[in-house]
Amino acid sequence: MTKVAMSVNGRAVSGEVEGRTLLVQFLREGLGLTGTHVGCDTAQCGACVVHVDGKALKACNVFALDFEGAEVTTIEGMAAPDGTLSPIQQAFQDHHGLQCGFCTPGMVMSAAALLAENPKPTEAEVREYLEGNLCRCTGYHNIVKAILAASGQEMAVAAE
Amino acid sequence: MPKDHGIGASSKRREDIRFLTGNGRYTDDINLHGQAHVAFVRSQVAHGRLKSVDTSAAAGMPGVLRVFTARDFEGVGGLPCGWQVTDRHGEVMKEPKHPVLADGKVRHVGDPIAAVVAETYEQARDAAEAVGVEIEELPAVIDMKAAVADGSVLVHEDIGTNLCYDWGFVEENKAKVDAAFDAAHHVTTLELVNNRLVPNAMEPRVAVGDFSFATGEHTLYTTSQNPHVIRLLMGAFVLGIPEHKLRVVAPDVGGGFGSKIFHYAEEAFVTFAAKALRRPVKWTCQRSESFMSDAHGRDHVTKIELALDAEGHFQAIRTETYANMGAYLSTFAPSVPTWLHGTLMAGNYRTPLIYVNVKAVFTNTVPVDAYRGAGRPEATFQLERVIDKAAREMGMDPIELRRKNFITEFPYETPVAVVYDTGDYHATMDKLVEIADLKGFEARRAESAKKGLLRGLGVNCYIEACGIAPSQLVGQLGARAGLYESATVRVNATGGVVVMTGSHSHGQGHETSFAQVISEMIGIPEDQVEIVHGDTANTPMGMGTYGSRSIAVGGSAMVKAAGKVIDKAKKIAAHLLEASEGDIELKDGKFSVAGTDKSVEWGAVTLAAYVPHNYPLDQVEPGLEETAFYDPSNFTYPAGAYACEVEVDPETGKVTICSFAATDDFGNIINPMIVDGQVHGGIAQGIGQALLENATYDEDGQLLSGSYMDYAMPRADDVPFYKVDHSCQTPCTHNPLGVKGCGEAGAIGTPPAVVNAVVDALQRAGHAHVTHLDMPLSPARVWAAINAK
Amino acid sequence: MYAFDFVRPSSVADAVAALGQEDAQALGGGQTLIPALKQRLASPSTLVSLAGIAEIRGVCLDDDGRVCIGGGTPHAVVAAEAAKHYPALAAMANRIGDPAVRNRGTIGGSLANNDPSACYPAAVLASNATILTNAREIAADDYFQGMFTTALDEGEIITEVRFPVPQAANYQKFVQPASRFALTGVFVARFADGVRVAVTGAAEDGVFRWAEAEAALSDSFAAEAVKGLEVAADGMISDLHGTPEYRANLVRVLTARAVAAAG
Repeated sequence: MTKVAMSVNGRAVSGEVEGRTLLVQFLREGLGLTGTHVGCDTAQCGACVVHVDGKALKACNVFALDFEGAEVTTIEGMAAPDGTLSPIQQAFQDHHGLQCGFCTPGMVMSAAALLAENPKPTEAEVREYLEGNLCRCTGYHNIVKAILAASGQEMAVAAE
Repeated sequence: MPKDHGIGASSKRREDIRFLTGNGRYTDDINLHGQAHVAFVRSQVAHGRLKSVDTSAAAGMPGVLRVFTARDFEGVGGLPCGWQVTDRHGEVMKEPKHPVLADGKVRHVGDPIAAVVAETYEQARDAAEAVGVEIEELPAVIDMKAAVADGSVLVHEDIGTNLCYDWGFVEENKAKVDAAFDAAHHVTTLELVNNRLVPNAMEPRVAVGDFSFATGEHTLYTTSQNPHVIRLLMGAFVLGIPEHKLRVVAPDVGGGFGSKIFHYAEEAFVTFAAKALRRPVKWTCQRSESFMSDAHGRDHVTKIELALDAEGHFQAIRTETYANMGAYLSTFAPSVPTWLHGTLMAGNYRTPLIYVNVKAVFTNTVPVDAYRGAGRPEATFQLERVIDKAAREMGMDPIELRRKNFITEFPYETPVAVVYDTGDYHATMDKLVEIADLKGFEARRAESAKKGLLRGLGVNCYIEACGIAPSQLVGQLGARAGLYESATVRVNATGGVVVMTGSHSHGQGHETSFAQVISEMIGIPEDQVEIVHGDTANTPMGMGTYGSRSIAVGGSAMVKAAGKVIDKAKKIAAHLLEASEGDIELKDGKFSVAGTDKSVEWGAVTLAAYVPHNYPLDQVEPGLEETAFYDPSNFTYPAGAYACEVEVDPETGKVTICSFAATDDFGNIINPMIVDGQVHGGIAQGIGQALLENATYDEDGQLLSGSYMDYAMPRADDVPFYKVDHSCQTPCTHNPLGVKGCGEAGAIGTPPAVVNAVVDALQRAGHAHVTHLDMPLSPARVWAAINAK
Repeated sequence: MYAFDFVRPSSVADAVAALGQEDAQALGGGQTLIPALKQRLASPSTLVSLAGIAEIRGVCLDDDGRVCIGGGTPHAVVAAEAAKHYPALAAMANRIGDPAVRNRGTIGGSLANNDPSACYPAAVLASNATILTNAREIAADDYFQGMFTTALDEGEIITEVRFPVPQAANYQKFVQPASRFALTGVFVARFADGVRVAVTGAAEDGVFRWAEAEAALSDSFAAEAVKGLEVAADGMISDLHGTPEYRANLVRVLTARAVAAAG
């Protein structure tokens, strides 16, 4: 076991991990941050997406020991301390962008990464950016709509 | 002005807050003190005799607590089947035992042979590799028609055949149907495959077993759509645990689509092992493991024939279907190709004579059971494809041919044993023509042609039987369970309401929509209503959520229980207001005496019920809590019309969905936003089946599409924005809310629309030889069809 | 996953030393290796993460105008920083995997693995790039030696890849619908001294140059020049997603489209 220390949602954390411990295991099992989910073992579903040093990563496809000293943000770090949802989270609720909720943390984290890179994406850019996030419930319609709305482009969603 | 609360309002979902902030509590988020982990040793071959299972090396590995094999389950029941089909000769289906761990033989890749429980999951995995398994490999039974041919290797030697049943429906009609075909002006024949799918709820299955020596109570936390059903099946038939000593909890569940209805071996295993080891035992399915252990869906091979007269009136339908059961009968598997499929073969049309033959076949593949739509997509696909083909053969417009045959008078008794209560198929088709702008198709086609792309239009209808199900009817059809639903409505002293429902929400938003109904009935804010579900310890015995049944059956139970509560509250109000009970009205959270200004608030009445100082104790008991069970008198029949436009790239065969429109008649709607979302999701799954998804076995029984690397799931860029409409409403006549259910419609109505559109595109481009394409319409398959000589 | 030791050196020299241990394996971005480890398809004793080696990250131009990409550079960085120098290469990098994968997967990892359906091998081969390792320089034509096979020795690390910038270039990727790897991908690069066409995803032996198309396009750089060419199906991959004949068709169609897009 090796010690690893990083910042998660602005809090300094550390723990003992094996070489093979994935970042998602450290978050879920080591820190009890169970909002980050595991939906596949081939790095395709994106339920585990978190931000590391500002970039979206699949936490199930990286090792915890590679992130000594990193700044990690998970879904638990997206709302304000008083519980107020971030604009993206609020848009997901307003536009029914989630059903079972399992893919949702990864969707929100990917959406946040997209809007950080590209504040006014087109519909096609949103859909393309979600290539690594699978949802089985929503048919993506309301997810795309929510992300466009969160970008301030409510009118971009003409189609219903 | 749309409503802002209650029935018909698009109330935002309250459950979203926890899901959006990472505070959902899914089964894998549950970690019990001292829990151990299990890894299963699964068969890597499709079929073979288990010669020996040597656990000695594994047992000595680090962290290993115990290795279990079939020997540990001697005297334990097999996984039960909840439905018994009687075949066309009056014989009951063949029902081989489905052991918790493989006993004597392995019958599909993924069949669990042994289970290693260790301190950590990785230790269990390490030791699982050290279990020595000796298997004498047998030829795999994969092709269904070969499986039922003489001399086939048998999946189960003890039943002497691979044919589970040979079902005829309605057998008495067969001769008349055959005669109608002999006399028909035109017969259209279509042979097709309804491709095997893997449900792929995004949350893999998880089960945690716990046992208290202090109380003798077992607890199973599991990813289930119906915890009471699991408690009954596992307790009574597998492990012999009475219900009062078994609690099943299905907390937040990350999607089901049918695959989490069934009772699985892993659930029984962790429950059994927790007691044996005196420790909680957890199993978390890896996605690649779920491909070989979750029940699959569909997998029918069908020949359908449609007889028409010279004007295009349908005269008769005759079908022959081979339905894959897989290696064992999953919980509801026998019902899917029979009562959920044969009964829907009339579709939206007047066809006087119908005969459906289904041969259910055992193969060395993962068990097949209900997946979103379950039988109804298979019925709809073949019917709507053969109608399109008939229209083309007879030179008729496919929409007009459908309209000509629509059922227009209700109730309508079909020749396949169901009675449609209401519907208006012309109305949904009219609406579809409008919202899909079918008039503009030719112009859009010309635009596509300029880009070198072939545009096609596919239109179809669907009907489904939902609100599953009238218990006495399904009992006659072979169901071994009742299919009512339950609810307890508990009013607290200060007026808040808690509804404990037997329905289970795993994405459907019951916590919001059920509260809207109570809010409407009583006239209190929605946030005064809490919906509790998913735990057998605090909900009445209910049958769970599948078959688009929750609002139609579970909602009706809740309305019934709430009605009892209101009746009692009126008695209390009458006492407080010194009025006659018959004069009491409840509106906007206030009881008033008709024709007077006398009134009392809801909260004052509920407080009186629990602080009965001034109370009619001689007439009613204190307290305000009622339970109701609702058993529907008929199925509900949602129906609609769908349109899809595609572009086909003739150089690559790539199909792009340009637009998709759906008009659905769901009867009354509780929450339009949620209903839209349900349809969207169903459409995406239908597009997935039509274009992308395929569970493919090779001849040795290896699943070639065993991970997301080869099983293509629909992604955001595979689908467009959908146009959906549910303004055509013919309310259900036999449930109190007038609702029909909306969960499966999209998955049922979509596949034929997509395939009709692609065939249309190729036909219009002059590829007259392409009269059908089997799903999924992958680029390679479409390209090969275009280039077939 | 089998247990292993994890080391994270900060220099190429330390990484090479660590890789000298028996059954040690290098970890680039891990986006392909980690799923394989999860399936227990590999059992390294030590995993040597290259993620902490600053000297092999980044994109720059050398004196010959070549785009030089550090072996540990993630695809997203290539997509962003190579865009002004070599747009076709940047566009190719921007279509590998998905955004989260592109933030982690590296050029060196992709080339060392040489998946027959990966995108980078087509770009490297068509561009006539040079692969630099801790030990030597390897020409692209010598580097790719068949499916999952390269000229790299055990423990050798890709430190940099140098891309000559063509006059015109384009990459056409036709995705396998499940994995979103290239079912077939074609990279066309037009240099002053001729055209190079590299095909990935199609052949059982991995990335290859399509000589007939190169000859035809060197003669006339127009889509029509390849439309009449025959592509043999022999040696093409057959799987769930396409027959050899289908892939052969894609090779021709995508090459024509790449030429048209390259202009």
